[in-house]
Amino acid sequence: MSEIKEISILKTENLAIGYTSKKSQNIVASNINLSIEKGRLVVVLGKNGIGKSTLLRTIAKVQRPLSGSVLIHQKNLNSISEKDLAKQVGLVLTERLPESQLTVFELIALGRQPYTNWLDKLSKTDLRKIDFSIQQTNIEHLKNKKFYELSDGQLQRVLIARAIAQDTEMIILDEPTAHLDLHHTFKIFTLLQKLVSETQKTIVLSTHQVNLAIKFADEVILFSDNKVKSGSTATLIHNNDFDNLFPKEIINFDKNLQQFIINKK
Amino acid sequence: MTKENYTKHFILLSILLVLLFFVNISLGSVSIPIDEILAFLTGKSTSKESWNIILFNFRIPKAITAVLVGSGLSICGLLMQTLFRNPLAGPFVLGISSGASLGVAILILGSSIFGGFLLTSSISNWSLPIASSLGAFLVLSAVIIAANKVRNTMSILIIGLMFGSLTAAVISILAYFSEANKIQQYLFWSFGSLGNLSWNELLVFSIIYIIGILGTISVIKPLNSFLLGENYAKSLGINIKKSRNIILLITSLLTGVVTAFSGPIAFVGLAVPHIARMIFTSSNHKILLPAVAVLGATILLICDSIAQLPTSEFTLPINAITSIFGAPVVIWLLMRKKRIFV
Repeated sequence: MSEIKEISILKTENLAIGYTSKKSQNIVASNINLSIEKGRLVVVLGKNGIGKSTLLRTIAKVQRPLSGSVLIHQKNLNSISEKDLAKQVGLVLTERLPESQLTVFELIALGRQPYTNWLDKLSKTDLRKIDFSIQQTNIEHLKNKKFYELSDGQLQRVLIARAIAQDTEMIILDEPTAHLDLHHTFKIFTLLQKLVSETQKTIVLSTHQVNLAIKFADEVILFSDNKVKSGSTATLIHNNDFDNLFPKEIINFDKNLQQFIINKK
Repeated sequence: MTKENYTKHFILLSILLVLLFFVNISLGSVSIPIDEILAFLTGKSTSKESWNIILFNFRIPKAITAVLVGSGLSICGLLMQTLFRNPLAGPFVLGISSGASLGVAILILGSSIFGGFLLTSSISNWSLPIASSLGAFLVLSAVIIAANKVRNTMSILIIGLMFGSLTAAVISILAYFSEANKIQQYLFWSFGSLGNLSWNELLVFSIIYIIGILGTISVIKPLNSFLLGENYAKSLGINIKKSRNIILLITSLLTGVVTAFSGPIAFVGLAVPHIARMIFTSSNHKILLPAVAVLGATILLICDSIAQLPTSEFTLPINAITSIFGAPVVIWLLMRKKRIFV
């Protein structure tokens, strides 16, 4: 059925990601073939430095693919202008924001820039979308604070609110749970899951909180030493794919508990 | 701070500006009664013909120059600080002011070395601004070329600094081989001066200034997005390269024309944006831009009034005043607040 094809919002074909310098290419991962459907919570898992961020940055057009292609709604990322992409993909990055005196409201309002006029005037629709995103993330009480006054957990919610205000079908988050304790990590995951189910957005995030990720994710993109696998969480568990994520002698995947367990000596 | 508060601050600041403008033109080596000045400003003539000439040909052009120079340099500072997301950025740091100085140095000092090649006779009013703008543009073009190759804004800042020291070195070499009177002439220019502008020159200054302001208004949106960093700005659909080039162009234009007409004036471009951010506690350019413009003009009028104050016939070099009073103010503000924002 053609209907099924249409809901595939993000696709990659023989994608190779990495960095180019003048003389050499540093391939981080290659042969990545993904197909992500609308309304899914997708988690990217893998060790440090294996290419999770590189993948997310490539999908978000922050950096170029080495080869292969990224398709959003069947359209090659290269042929989508920055302006149009801004209405389709929202971003939450790990990089620290430059120190400024932006208020939480102003920061979230910046998410409306793809829709505002040249003077960046907020229309009624813009204000409504901003209000909606503030409600969704439960940050009414922070609205008038400066963003530098926030705790890490609060700031993460504000950044997510900014991405929601951007009103895109897809939101990409690079390690939104870094620096957060278990409780706040849990809250972020709950928030993202609620967003997916209530707004039918597609959310792709990378994280190191593997156990929580497996609990919440609809789908997992798994970076192991030589390949990138993806599929629904249940399928990956069934195929024992999680076994290769970490060195087996130290960390094991327990199929029954559906959790990673540290081996005791 | 609420919207009403912003407006209140802004109105107060504007009143202060008008007041200082008035104070500024009432100061000078010849004392003119205040009611006479008021009369002159409302279109009537003063009781002495010489007062008319002093006001119309000297004091009013000088005060207008102070307004244009102060606001122009401050806007440049704001643009650079936001673009490079670095509180230490400014037209000086990027080497643009040094470029302008180089242009002037080649004109003044070079004429004694290269002799007949350059005009050796009297240096006209017009050759100075042209040389200065060319120098500013030269360094800025180099910075733009570097900026398009190097993505990292921090590196661009360092490249700007290097261009600055390079031009300074060339100027020292020029000075080393120059005659004493030429060096003196250059030195006087580098002290900075707001006076000596004819109405014709002021017209040219104003036209370029207005072009710069209009350009700045057109980039308010990208400027605000830059507050989140380049990657976020890009993800919001902002054309980074285009916005960056427009900002650099505006800066070179404004810095070039300001330096040409008033010499290299330090401190204002760097410090005024910080003071504005502290008064208005905002980083939003819709608020900051008018605030910085008015504050910059106000501060330069104050500095110029101080330079006049000794009620003697001397006028202290404006560049020394901006630094002597400006630098401690910035140090105090930063130590008090502890945080430096972009």
